[in-house]
Amino acid sequence: MRSFSLIDFVSLFAALRWTVALVVLALAFGAPLALGLALGRISRFAGLRWAMAACIQVIQSVPLLGLLFFFYFGMPVFLGIQVPALVAVTVAYTLYTAAFLGEIWRGGLEAVKQAQWEAGACLGLSAWQQFRHIIAPQALRLSLPPTVGFLVQLIKGTSLASILGFVELARAGQVVSAATFQPLLTYALVAAIYFALCLPLTLWSRSLEARLDGSR
Amino acid sequence: MALVEIRDVHKTFGKVEVLKGVSLDVEEGEIVTIIGRSGSGKSTLLRCINALESVDSGEIRVEGQKVHARMPDLKKFRQRVGIVFQAFNLFPHLKVERNITLAPLLTGRIEKAKARALAADVLTRVGLADKIDAWPEQLSGGQQQRVAIARCLAMAPHLMLFDEVTSALDPELVGEVLKVMEAMAKQGMTMILVTHEMGFARNVANRIVFMHQGRVWEQGPPAKLFANPETPELASFIASAK
Repeated sequence: MRSFSLIDFVSLFAALRWTVALVVLALAFGAPLALGLALGRISRFAGLRWAMAACIQVIQSVPLLGLLFFFYFGMPVFLGIQVPALVAVTVAYTLYTAAFLGEIWRGGLEAVKQAQWEAGACLGLSAWQQFRHIIAPQALRLSLPPTVGFLVQLIKGTSLASILGFVELARAGQVVSAATFQPLLTYALVAAIYFALCLPLTLWSRSLEARLDGSR
Repeated sequence: MALVEIRDVHKTFGKVEVLKGVSLDVEEGEIVTIIGRSGSGKSTLLRCINALESVDSGEIRVEGQKVHARMPDLKKFRQRVGIVFQAFNLFPHLKVERNITLAPLLTGRIEKAKARALAADVLTRVGLADKIDAWPEQLSGGQQQRVAIARCLAMAPHLMLFDEVTSALDPELVGEVLKVMEAMAKQGMTMILVTHEMGFARNVANRIVFMHQGRVWEQGPPAKLFANPETPELASFIASAK
């Protein structure tokens, strides 16, 4: 046993990069997919709507831990492919992000009145122009608070990757705590770092909301 | 050739046949007012004219071009046929100027440098030049509806459709919108209106079309139609509208 020192502090912060990396990867792949799912969910083709709804339902119903296990431990068993941990984790978090953000954004898109699409169409705008200039900006503002709420969930959810051996923030906390035998201090510090990561997001979303809603 | 030719149009929603063989011609420069009870098919007919609804049978031609939801140049067509709705449908996230200039800019009708001048011009025509930098929600219902009209005018349409544009307004705000429409009528704009404003129908329209049970029941010049309705249905409608 040794006392809590600067090196422990540094190792916690070093592990933070994995937390951030996982979030960035999940968003980079998950957000475009989420947009596709959201658009599919409001499509006029019933088949596409149902298929997207089914995908989302399945992913949302499986615990995140289950997704991680499936892609890391399940793939070799079911398909005979050994997936590198980073790939497995990225795929799992991507699907998780896509399903939840997709539903949030669908809600935002549907909250914009149908008449807004119609008004755009009546002015001779294409469906894409209606979406890009009329629907999306309004939906974005409506979706911003739940989107940031999900982002916070995602940041904290990356701690589950520790199970597959990723030394991200939570796992580093475990290691430091075991080495220093100071769990209270260590986990308080870990919690503070998570908090410091999430707080600016919430503040940023509030200011963005105010800016997007110029009329108020 | 009439600007708008409607021939034996049928339209069904589910099991309800809303239009049961409507035929109507509208000449260039004409102001035609469609009146009738709720559910008589007035608004549906209007929505069919700019292909917001597609007809089941029969045909609608505007400037000789057959109208339907899958027409190849639907976007170009809609730039020529403006429609104003009961609920204004302004874009709440855009200022008045951008509400007006969005479509002309995106469709390439005008250059960016001339956009503000265009907005100022059409706003002057509806008496709202000082509201160019306002947000829609800062305006009264009547002002919002006038901006909606200005937004249509910015596309320089050949035909304007008005779907009960004063029905959602407080009574004291109806007049300002009707005045704008009257001015447009004087400038020779071809207009088809669905309205409950009998005074406006009587004073401004060239022709009144009374729709009943999905058909054109009776039509003619306002003076004649209001003074001597030929059918008991129109007589009772006029009596109830007074």
